[in-house]
Amino acid sequence: MKTEDGPLEGPLGKLFADLKREGRKALAPFVTAGDPNCEKTLEVLEALDRAGASLCELGVPYSDPIADGAVIQSSYTRALAAGFTLEKLFDLVRRASARVKMPILAMVSYSIIYRRGIDRFVADAKACGMAGLVVPDLPLEESDQLDQACRTAGLALVRLVTPTTPPARAEEIARRSTGFLYCVSVAGVTGARTDLPAGLLERIEWLRTKTDVPILVGFGISTPEQVKAVAAVADGAIVGSALVRHLEGFSAPQHAAPAAQGTLLKNLEETVGRLAAATG
Amino acid sequence: MPTHPAPLPRVRPAGTPPAAGGLLSQVPDSLGRFGAFGGRYVPETLSAALDQLQAAYDDARADPAFAAELNDLLSAFVGRPTPLLFAKRLTEYAGGAQIYLKREDLSHTGAHKINNTLGQGLLALRMGKRRIIAETGAGQHGVATATACARFGLDCVVYMGSEDVRRQAPNVRSMKLMGAEVRPVESGSKTLRDAINEAMRDWMGSVETTHYIIGSVVGPHPFPRITRDFQAVIGRETLAACHRQLGRSPDIVVACVGGGSNAAGMFYPLVDEPGVRLVGVEAGGRSTKAGDHAASLSYGQPGILHGSLSYVLQDLDGQTADVHSVSAGLDYPGVGPEHAYWHDTGRVEYTSVTDAEALAAFDLVARREGILPALETSHALAWAVQEAARRPASEILVVCLSGRGDKDAAEIARLRGMGLPDAV
Ligand SMILES: Cc1ncc(COP(=O)(O)O)c(C=O)c1O
Repeated sequence: MKTEDGPLEGPLGKLFADLKREGRKALAPFVTAGDPNCEKTLEVLEALDRAGASLCELGVPYSDPIADGAVIQSSYTRALAAGFTLEKLFDLVRRASARVKMPILAMVSYSIIYRRGIDRFVADAKACGMAGLVVPDLPLEESDQLDQACRTAGLALVRLVTPTTPPARAEEIARRSTGFLYCVSVAGVTGARTDLPAGLLERIEWLRTKTDVPILVGFGISTPEQVKAVAAVADGAIVGSALVRHLEGFSAPQHAAPAAQGTLLKNLEETVGRLAAATG
Repeated sequence: MPTHPAPLPRVRPAGTPPAAGGLLSQVPDSLGRFGAFGGRYVPETLSAALDQLQAAYDDARADPAFAAELNDLLSAFVGRPTPLLFAKRLTEYAGGAQIYLKREDLSHTGAHKINNTLGQGLLALRMGKRRIIAETGAGQHGVATATACARFGLDCVVYMGSEDVRRQAPNVRSMKLMGAEVRPVESGSKTLRDAINEAMRDWMGSVETTHYIIGSVVGPHPFPRITRDFQAVIGRETLAACHRQLGRSPDIVVACVGGGSNAAGMFYPLVDEPGVRLVGVEAGGRSTKAGDHAASLSYGQPGILHGSLSYVLQDLDGQTADVHSVSAGLDYPGVGPEHAYWHDTGRVEYTSVTDAEALAAFDLVARREGILPALETSHALAWAVQEAARRPASEILVVCLSGRGDKDAAEIARLRGMGLPDAV
């Protein structure tokens, strides 16, 4: 089955076509925007890009993130306390787009999109160079308006399927997903887990038979071994909490010195490099 | 946390009827819409469970055995119907309209919350879910959930903001005595909103074996509708008692509004009754300044919180604002979507009462009626006494006395610098 507009358009379409030609899989790091501040996030994005990230999911801090575990929640709380705003987000992505080659998507609550106004949010996202949106709290039934706005603007609207999604619904979600399909590995919140959930690889293989859209797997993935296992059957892996944990160090008093900040950034870059290498 | 800027211009979401036209009770639609409000904004992980809940509820409504079992429980376990009491000395004090009290405080566990937890507990049994989670602010919903779980033999975990654990300690004790686990929530403002976040996160990982009994008419579809329906017994009994005792419908009906469940239960059977004035009272807190109150309908904006579109106190970026109320059960930055619908259609008036006015009403009702009302309820009572004074003696004003105030006695004493009341 094909997606409505075909998955291979825009920066994400080009990315996945290139990866396919080169026989490689995607590594998609997730980091919070504005933790500890947007200047640092810009450096982080450049580090991810250097380390070989294929695309980046930029988490937009939200006061009430119900799909997130403790690590991402505290990161959001730090960013909001440090004065994160949407204006700063769009400015950050505008500057980052000029410096990095990886496409940047926003992971953003629908509460935030709705409050700004759907058309206005989509226009701002497009204007600053975002490649798409992942909206974790917007199910199929409520998504027509945003879907339309994203299609008109040429932004990907990445949909999520989870272990609790019934098969027919998963097919419908895959059909409506643009850019890629986000396969959530576990029924639960974000956060690193030691083992891949039972049945995950079979679930991905089943999805693979149902859709042509690239499938990226996220939630709970933290190690190069897990990335490797997932990349063997999917089109890539998303790593979140394991990287967001690195961000915490940037605001710790003992790491305030420029040298310490540089070391933290280098550690993050090396970690991402190892994860990217595991995609094969 | 960024604080809420100056009041914003109101934006009415497309699809909200401008004024009451047809029957206001014919909501929600199949997507959980009350006019433009409501809906289901949740992670995909929860979609299947919400569909399952909807199906179980439809099934239960078509099953006379379900209604029979719930009615037996409401009568023999809860003690329904609750009385409608003429508040003689309060009426004399106000010197105007006759004040009647719908005595939800006489329900088993001391508040209206039990009507919902028994109904949803039975739904959990029908779905084969043996573990229950809940959030609580004032602790009344937590106690009512623990009670239903004890009665039905279900495991029970209650999330409660640590600030509320402190200020509603007697209810924490009751929950534990009935075998519930109380998990204090330390994130954010450590109040009701954070407790809902934690309960939702638990549910994300436990949804296949666990039912989430949400405590008010909030949350994603079908929760606002289910909770309203289980609470509507309040309004039905009130209407019947008015006709039986007084020979007519009331003129004014007032209830406090946190998430809005006692008010929705009271108002829903009356929204199609022309001529009954309905008034919801929100928490006015310390002042009308952002962060000092919890009056979402009075000062908020349409926005999305905890899975539904309603009025929310949030900043321009959609970040939830900090709120304040002396009463833990009203200390919430959102409100049920049906109230947003009633607000925009003009069917229900919403107003607010300050902490100080609520505390004064608590004293007044304690001394003049021999009833300790919950601090939540005291907000409705404060407005009722003020309004009764402005209305003629021929009018009938009913207050939903949503709960008893024993839980608040120590906190009230602390607020007044009196230390703990003498042990009896
Ligand atoms: C006695 C009482 N009244 C009112 C409320 C507010 O909730 P709702 O607005 O859902 O009735 C509470 C909540 O804890 C309560 O305990």
